Amino acid sequence: MSDTKLVNLTIEGRAVSVPEGTTILEAAKFAGVLVPHYCYHPGLKIAGVCRMCLVEVEKAPKLAPSCATTVGEGQVVHVYSQKALDARKGVLELLLINHPLDCPICDQAGECELQDYTFQEGRADSRYHEPKRFNPAEDFGGDVLYVTNRCILCTRCVRFMGDVAGSRALCVEERGDRAHIGIAPDLDLSHPWGANVIDLCPVGALVSKDFLNKARAWELDRTASVCPNCSQGCNVTLETRDADVVRMKPRSNATVNQYYMCDAGRLNYQWINRDDRLELPVVAGKPAEWDAALAAAGKALKGGAVHVVAGAGLSNEALWLLKQACGTGLFRVAQGPEAPLAGVPDLALRADRAPNGAGAELLGFRRADQPLAGAAGKVVVIVGDDLDGLDTSALGSAAAVIAICTVVPKGLPAGAILLPMANFAEEEGTFTNLRGRVQRFLQARPTPGFARASWTVLAALGVAAGTGGSFATAEAVFAALAASESTFGGMTYDTIGLKGQVAATAGVNA
Amino acid sequence: MGYPHKSHPRETPVLSKYFGDAEARTLEGWKARGGYKALAQALSTDPVAIQNIVKESGLRGRGGAGFPTGLKWSFMKLGDGKPHYLCCNADESEPGTFKDREIMRWTPHGLIEGCAIAAHAIGAETCYIYIRGEFTEPIAVMERALAEARAAGIIGDNAMGSGKKVNIWVHRGAGAYICGEETALMNSIEGRRGNPRIKPPFPAVAGLFGMPTTINNVETLAAVPHILNNGPEWYKAMCLGSPKSNGSKLFSVCGNVARPGNYEVVMGFSFKEFLYDLCGGPLPGRKFKAIIPGGSSVPVITIEEAEQVKMDYEGFMEFGTMLGSGGVIIFDDAQSMPKQLARLARFYAHESCAQCTQCREGTAWMTKILERIVAGDGTFEDLDTIFELTESMTGKTICVLSDSCGAPVCSGITRFRGEFEALIKGKRSSTVTVTA
Amino acid sequence: MSHGPSATGGAALQGAPHGHHDDPYVPVLTPGSTPRAKLDDILSRYPTRQAGLLPALWIVQDERGWISEHAMKEVGDVLGLTAAYVKGVVTFYTMYHQHPVGTWFIQVCTTSCCNCMGAEDVVKAFLQQTGCGELGLTSPDGKYTVIEVECLGACGFATPIMVNDDFIDSMSVERVPEILKKYC
Repeated sequence: MSDTKLVNLTIEGRAVSVPEGTTILEAAKFAGVLVPHYCYHPGLKIAGVCRMCLVEVEKAPKLAPSCATTVGEGQVVHVYSQKALDARKGVLELLLINHPLDCPICDQAGECELQDYTFQEGRADSRYHEPKRFNPAEDFGGDVLYVTNRCILCTRCVRFMGDVAGSRALCVEERGDRAHIGIAPDLDLSHPWGANVIDLCPVGALVSKDFLNKARAWELDRTASVCPNCSQGCNVTLETRDADVVRMKPRSNATVNQYYMCDAGRLNYQWINRDDRLELPVVAGKPAEWDAALAAAGKALKGGAVHVVAGAGLSNEALWLLKQACGTGLFRVAQGPEAPLAGVPDLALRADRAPNGAGAELLGFRRADQPLAGAAGKVVVIVGDDLDGLDTSALGSAAAVIAICTVVPKGLPAGAILLPMANFAEEEGTFTNLRGRVQRFLQARPTPGFARASWTVLAALGVAAGTGGSFATAEAVFAALAASESTFGGMTYDTIGLKGQVAATAGVNA
Repeated sequence: MGYPHKSHPRETPVLSKYFGDAEARTLEGWKARGGYKALAQALSTDPVAIQNIVKESGLRGRGGAGFPTGLKWSFMKLGDGKPHYLCCNADESEPGTFKDREIMRWTPHGLIEGCAIAAHAIGAETCYIYIRGEFTEPIAVMERALAEARAAGIIGDNAMGSGKKVNIWVHRGAGAYICGEETALMNSIEGRRGNPRIKPPFPAVAGLFGMPTTINNVETLAAVPHILNNGPEWYKAMCLGSPKSNGSKLFSVCGNVARPGNYEVVMGFSFKEFLYDLCGGPLPGRKFKAIIPGGSSVPVITIEEAEQVKMDYEGFMEFGTMLGSGGVIIFDDAQSMPKQLARLARFYAHESCAQCTQCREGTAWMTKILERIVAGDGTFEDLDTIFELTESMTGKTICVLSDSCGAPVCSGITRFRGEFEALIKGKRSSTVTVTA
Repeated sequence: MSHGPSATGGAALQGAPHGHHDDPYVPVLTPGSTPRAKLDDILSRYPTRQAGLLPALWIVQDERGWISEHAMKEVGDVLGLTAAYVKGVVTFYTMYHQHPVGTWFIQVCTTSCCNCMGAEDVVKAFLQQTGCGELGLTSPDGKYTVIEVECLGACGFATPIMVNDDFIDSMSVERVPEILKKYC
């Protein structure tokens, strides 16, 4: 930054210094002023077409589109001068003349920038007495429905698909007031990253078919989390209603996923809510109290050599506690085709379709296609793997089987000890993405039945086996982890924050 | 000359001297009339020297904005190692304007010569002549003339044996008014929608294909050979009004007038004499009522105002309007101003590129209001709304199409309010039968 | 896609629905063909292939009379553009036909300069005498399509019309039969 020239200007009476070349709109953010805008998006090329971000720059003959005007030394910018307010009021009125006032049935209602800015700066009435334009809605493919009438032609979607996704699937069709977003029959939005246009759309023109009419935006609780569907570790927000996750949205993180997430990740959330969960500990085929079950498990662990099968969806905390209680072991990672987002460096739907393979490896677990290989005759501890698709014959001759799980794995012997645990959305923890970035996720929904957070169960198992200590919080577990594993040395939940932090010797996969 | 009419003795035919002369269309005919001498001389002259001659002549852009041409050329950074481009704007899409059409139809080699000189002056090896798609005949004439010039080695990789490369190509538009806006024109050549671009960057820095580019109107470029042949002082001396407006100018005259056509007069000519003497006054039994003097985008004035105007950039501005592209649209007392202005608004609504909110929505809304008034369903509030809407639409968009919709409409309402009020009160305008 | 009330009343001319009948599509720009050679020659004038888009569309329209979605795909494939991108461009320019038109496509300028000289009567005469009835519709015999067009740039020669590529100025109601006789 030292060689970047700084430009000094005044925005709404506040002096700011920003690097040369910054736009007034971005500079205003430094001054704590959000200039209303539609077509501008920090991840997209400047279009300058909505004309909503007009501001008054002293000595300039006309109002300036702040998204497309770079700062100048000594500029004095007024965002809320009468002239600027009148201009934006005019834009809002014009955007609304043909926009249906169907907010009561619009999914965007409550998180709509047209609503917000109209409430903030718009007219109380409309002078428009002519018939409104009407066009039918169109299925754009993928998860995207285009409700033409609501479109304000900001072209964020067109620019995203063309410039970021590298697939010019969308265009502006026609011109004048007949213009709308168009698509050709041969290429639709069933692109691996197509659904991002839903998030980018500032109004309710591009809506999710999956989320259509499901919930009102203001009914949702939002929790910062990390997408569990591949090793990229896109930062996400889990949006829940009545404790169920109803949609997953990207949460911006400049280093990991910018503003985006892939469709495969976004739409793979229903399993979080599945109701065939293991809700009670089970010992010898019967429901048991936690204390009894943990005692039985602790006893079983002493019954011979231990074979550990871990899930690549377990948090760093769970994996570390598992290592303390039973030692490291094997894990497998489901694979799928990689799908990069062309316009963003190092962002892709990764082949590793689990969030924490890198964390497992950093903590000493080893990748294996058949993690049950060599389990015969041993005490087998299975944590967070449903064994789906594995040859489970070795379990028949195991000395004992302890499964800590969200759902009961297939192929377990009748006498297996089952301990119910939370899934990632029901607990707190961290994942390490493929670039060694440790990222926190928070609890978004309650655990079902008597299930407990994975770290709680594993900590208790360590105590029962006499190999580990007890912990009151996930944060405390992580502190202990960081103290014992040099890779994570110096990290705490505070230093990780909600944007993540790269582990010291990360880069093993980089 | 007042093509298709005989030249009027008070015209100053420079560009229009050979309108109607079929022989001037051919290379031999053009050479016989002194053609390509200026180019031969220019190719051995330093580009900056040519820029200076054009600067001294006082030539200003004839497309509408009136920007000094030599100054525009001097913005091109010579020797920067980048390919430079020249675009000749032959989109001529401004209603009321049809002068470039005749320049191309009758003196194609004059335009080619002007393009080649300008290309040399700005360091461009390639020039695209962007001709609107509807101009099938001018396109054919230009293509034929270019083929002749290429075959004769006048243009090409070794233009007139000078060792300089000057390639000139016709690029056909496909029906879009806005492509007459210079940045939209560049987008159109690049195979994009004809959306105007945000400036900066200006074309001289990053224009066509991202390279330094100059865009000049047909009439501007066609004047250049004459300036080189006769000297800048000759051109500068053609001035009857403001010293800032020099040379001869083609005015296209259309609408309710006895002799519509193109007339070439010296800047500063009396508009009154122009209208009544050169153009023959109104149609029999009618009276002039309103005039839009510079193509449909400029404010409308009354005939009483028009009669006091001196025909140059400053002269029209004195009466709150503009010289624009020199397209004089005349409405007489048999016309309904509300109807004609509604029709104009419809034009802008149809031609809006759809980028900017104010233009996309505003032009369409204004059209709907005006058409409602014409249909007899208007209110007085509608007139206020039109003014406020125009305020919202003016000076706030990427290009000036939005402004251009409001300018004739509001000036028209101001000057002919009675006609609007008569419609609103449910009466038919006293002088007109409304058929819409 | 149909379009509702629009200030410019363009509904009758709006684009064909997806998959408008153009099956089977016969490609125009096949390598070795004359149209392709013409396009390749034009492409050599520009530094990008995309710049060949408007010329390519003209070539296709000259060959086939209109530009279908199949044609957009073909042009896009030749120039390295998506069909959607091409569609955005095609629909921007009013001279590209997005649906089949009559053998004779008649455009009558009705913008103010011609309007005040009686252009609307010329349009009416054409609509009646061609049997088209309505703007944008093709006559039952398939011969004519009549549309109003914005300024043709020959305002002093009111009313100018275009019949396909032929530019005819100074049209009047009286001359309509003569024109229709010529283009039949």
